[in-house]
Amino acid sequence: MPTLVYLEDHEGELVKGSLGVLTKAAQLGGDVAAVVCGSGVQGLAAQAGRYGAARVYVADDPALVAPLPQPRVDVLEALVRERGFDTVLFGASVLATDVAAGLAARLPAGLNWDLVDLEVRDGKLVGRRPALQDSVYADVGWKGEPRLALVRSGTFEPVEGGGEAEVEELAVQTQDFSRQAVMLERAHAESEGPSIEDADVIVAGGRGLGSPDKFGLLEELAQALGGAVAATRAVVDAGWYPYATQVGQTGKTVSPKLYFACGISGAIQHKVGMQASGTIVAINKDPNAPIFEYADVGVVGDLHQIVPKLTELVRERRT
Amino acid sequence: MRLAVCVKEVPEASARTRIDPGTLRLDRGGAATLNPFDAHALEEALRIKERTGEGEVVAVMMAPLPAADSLRKALAIGADRAVHVADDALAGSDLVATARTLAKAVEREEPDLILLGQQGGDSDGAVLWSALADLLRLPVVSQAASLELAEGKVAVKRQTEYGYDLIEAPLPCIVAVSDAINEPRYPSLKGIMGAKKKPHETLNAADLGLGADEIGEAGSRTEVYALADPPSRGDSVRIEGDGAAAEKVVEYLTERKLI
Repeated sequence: MPTLVYLEDHEGELVKGSLGVLTKAAQLGGDVAAVVCGSGVQGLAAQAGRYGAARVYVADDPALVAPLPQPRVDVLEALVRERGFDTVLFGASVLATDVAAGLAARLPAGLNWDLVDLEVRDGKLVGRRPALQDSVYADVGWKGEPRLALVRSGTFEPVEGGGEAEVEELAVQTQDFSRQAVMLERAHAESEGPSIEDADVIVAGGRGLGSPDKFGLLEELAQALGGAVAATRAVVDAGWYPYATQVGQTGKTVSPKLYFACGISGAIQHKVGMQASGTIVAINKDPNAPIFEYADVGVVGDLHQIVPKLTELVRERRT
Repeated sequence: MRLAVCVKEVPEASARTRIDPGTLRLDRGGAATLNPFDAHALEEALRIKERTGEGEVVAVMMAPLPAADSLRKALAIGADRAVHVADDALAGSDLVATARTLAKAVEREEPDLILLGQQGGDSDGAVLWSALADLLRLPVVSQAASLELAEGKVAVKRQTEYGYDLIEAPLPCIVAVSDAINEPRYPSLKGIMGAKKKPHETLNAADLGLGADEIGEAGSRTEVYALADPPSRGDSVRIEGDGAAAEKVVEYLTERKLI
């Protein structure tokens, strides 16, 4: 089973999610190679060896400077076709998801996404995919090769094995249409605001707050609990709260001991960023909100009434 | 300016959705609606048309015939025309088979801009735009938190794990919008009445020149083997009403020494 793992990099580091997928691929066995795409990324190849890649392909080209998917599809297509990989694995991210889907169409190949496990069963690769708001798990597979898989972020932990990879540089050729989208400004990690990744308690708010000023209610509760305030993508995009506090697929992945989800419906993009939390308390007025499917305590009610009362009770206990 | 919006139908949020144990496909027999994420793509198309003062918005859907109601909703909201690709042979299409079908349907419209929502409300898939872009050989930008159109180009603020990027692409191109990009309008009574008179074309696979081996199960390379229950999170507690909710939460957390 020659397997290729797509490794994503950001600011000179390989992304943890893709290293986790590489670790898993090495555990599953067979020939495991990895590919790094970018400009000035040769130095990252050695790192990939430590996580289980026997060989690392490096596509280093100015066309790959910006983290855009289409030139990467060109690189992966050539690699898969020329070297005969039968399996290509991705750790889900904004970039990797777009690369995987473009590659599926290009080859063509079957793509299974949002996988939370991978195993080889009777010589066959089988993925496990939650469906219907994670209320059911499906065992999914592929008809024919190559097989493409996107693994849900945070699923596999990277483990260093200490090996050394053979590094091979690739000649990069990209198609005209792949170079048409250009990046004018690139995001930088924002450092302002409190770090939510280290907090034991997180009080998070979503669109159900109703207006940006209502974050004040959450700040008071967070302060009483000695925790931090977080937000969903919807309210961050709307400018209600800083990006640095965003939890979810395109934000931070957190695992506090206690997580309050206030006015958060709990769509899958949010869930993947906080499902590892110890205890989840959800407050939402919609009894059908998906968040209740995975909350330990689900409160169907008005957060504008309940949160201030909670703050008051917590303060009373602390004094 | 022609704007194509790809839409799909998904089960109502309140409906009890299930996967048919026989076919291992989503049971689409229950109450269904226009994918809420697609409403944001449609809204963005309507706003572009309103801003530029000219243009046509075409809603394109691949779905079984009964989904025509959801497409009519897109017309009621404001789309000028609807194209519905319906064919029993499409059942069981995976990502690539679906993208092939939509690529053919969208290509016929020769759109300047193709918009999609951020994900399927049923499959949680966020993959279609990139597959579609590859088949149509068009530039694609996803996760658009905002979109500006000027001088034959789109400028998109894309949200990633690291913040916001600014990406520019020439028309024609494909943009997948986030659900934070706008607040979709509701259909007006006038819109609902008017929708019945708007062009609503229904096509099958042969109309699009799609071969039987390109679509449906035959054209798909993924499969579902079995279904299982998710791992349990343990017992969860449900508290209804505002009355003593806060007290009950504090009691629960105190018992577990969490506060």
